[in-house]
Amino acid sequence: MAGHSTYVPSNGVMRWLDARLPLPRMVYDSFVAYPVPRNLNYAYTFGGILALFLGLQILTGVVLAMHYAASTELAFQSVERIMRDVNWGWMLRYMHANGASFFFIAVYCHIFRGLYYGSYKQPREILWILGVIIFLLMMGTAFMGYVLPWGQMSFWGATVITGLFSPIPVVGPAIQTLLLGGFAVDNATLNRFFALHYLLPFMIAGVVILHVWALHVTGQTNPTGVEVKSSKDTVPFTPHATVKDGLAMIVFLAVFAYFVFYMPNFLGHPDNYVPANPLQTPAHIVPEWYFLPFYAMLRAITFDIGPIDSKLGGVLVMFGSIIVLFFLPWLDTSRVRSTAFRPIYKIFFWILVADTIMLGWLGSKPPEGIYPALSLIGAIYYFAHFLIILPVLGLIETPRKLPNSISEAVLGPDRGIGTGTGKGAPAAPAASAPSQH
Amino acid sequence: MSVNDSAEPTRRDFLYIATGAAGAVGAVAAVWPFIDQMNPDAGTLALAQVDVDISQVAEGQSITAKWRGKPIFIRQRTAAEIEEAKTVDLGALKDPLARNANLPADAQATDANRAVEGREAWLVMVGVCTHLGCVPLGQAGDFDGWFCPCHGSHYDTAGRIRQGPAPENMAIPALEFVNDTTVRIG
Repeated sequence: MAGHSTYVPSNGVMRWLDARLPLPRMVYDSFVAYPVPRNLNYAYTFGGILALFLGLQILTGVVLAMHYAASTELAFQSVERIMRDVNWGWMLRYMHANGASFFFIAVYCHIFRGLYYGSYKQPREILWILGVIIFLLMMGTAFMGYVLPWGQMSFWGATVITGLFSPIPVVGPAIQTLLLGGFAVDNATLNRFFALHYLLPFMIAGVVILHVWALHVTGQTNPTGVEVKSSKDTVPFTPHATVKDGLAMIVFLAVFAYFVFYMPNFLGHPDNYVPANPLQTPAHIVPEWYFLPFYAMLRAITFDIGPIDSKLGGVLVMFGSIIVLFFLPWLDTSRVRSTAFRPIYKIFFWILVADTIMLGWLGSKPPEGIYPALSLIGAIYYFAHFLIILPVLGLIETPRKLPNSISEAVLGPDRGIGTGTGKGAPAAPAASAPSQH
Repeated sequence: MSVNDSAEPTRRDFLYIATGAAGAVGAVAAVWPFIDQMNPDAGTLALAQVDVDISQVAEGQSITAKWRGKPIFIRQRTAAEIEEAKTVDLGALKDPLARNANLPADAQATDANRAVEGREAWLVMVGVCTHLGCVPLGQAGDFDGWFCPCHGSHYDTAGRIRQGPAPENMAIPALEFVNDTTVRIG
């Protein structure tokens, strides 16, 4: 963490340790004394919730792996044994399966929070890009985890997703064969997916450390989008943020528990309780809900675009919908960070939210009738938002007046540290770290 | 550390670069086994041939055999289906190639090139949608052939892609009729 440390070892043992491995000092500086903007709202609590769920998924996953057998002959049976015979197995598996869904609920809230408050803008580009990498790793982990029970949706989901690589020119089929370890999804595929499903969460944990590191270098954004200017703008992480995060976690866990105990299969698909059958595709394949918007965009391209055939086109659109997020810090030309001060962008932000939800709904529908056409409209709007609306709007929109400081916005102009009246704070924040660091 | 200001590369410079280059090549070469292990193993690669008994397949019926882990559709088509496939204008096809492993790669997707040679009622093909690998449903879709439920690809009675996101006609594997009731695939 940048800046000097205020940690004082409380006794001889801690002084001895501090001189050799200052781990307590790092924890103190990062999670106790660390200054956070005093106006953070509950939208900022999803980072903590995500850390909690990463831990929960690793914990339940490790114990489930003690009972699971990664073999096409045994996998489905072993999952049923977990459900019926293993002590608490039903609860651990339902926690893990619903935990994945709630992990994605939290990450989507976290991402849209970032979009709303401009958290990706200078100087937080690396922080944002690391977040997108974590999101991609999460998607890979969730996909491979869904294959492991070896039900019908597992098998056919794996077939469709690995098929996404086949339209890549020249090397596509070789990559697909390399991923599958054969000519179709089979035992080799299941085995490697299990190995990778176990590995990837630890890679996520690694990138999360970088993500938090980058966060603690630049400091958090806040609902005003104005950078921290003095110690009056911040409060210590503990107890303020710890308690706020803690309350949010408890509320989130309560909803999670309701799903685990009262509707554990609500977010799943009944076809995955049918053992995998390589000769019969279910009448209606759908991925897990958290992939539905991307799935709708994949299916939206049913026509050739010049030399790109419809299959490659769909795959490019689907991957492109996430790749575009990497460039977001440079696509948004507005110098104002928070959407609260961008009256026109605020409307477009909520249209994007509605568009994403509509795409998710379309992804769950069969590819017939009006649905593919609506999916195409939704996909075009999605890309237009990032590639046209964001760059253009930043240049033509007149933002509302920004407060001079966080403390002025929260406590009123008399007690804030504003530099004057009438003139808003510079919209483009200097890349200054919080002054007390 | 000795100071050597001469612009001429020394023997030691050469040794450093040569050692570094050899080490880089070795490191890259060492990565290959860790990638190649993911490719299909010898047992999977061993080319399997399967003989399928088709004596029970009457006109208008299909069976599904399994070859290399994939479903193979074997159908004895009705006269109406053959007629429907023959009347299609080749210019209307999304994929103009036969995709028949028994014919040259540039063969046209006529019905004759899709059906088994000399046995036009029989259609034998890999029952895998060329979009993303689902198994299409038989005698369904807008062209009376096959319909893929995953992403809505429609195939006609000769297994040719007519509508939807799939790019190619369904593949026809290498095959031969051993006798009138047995087809050998592979």
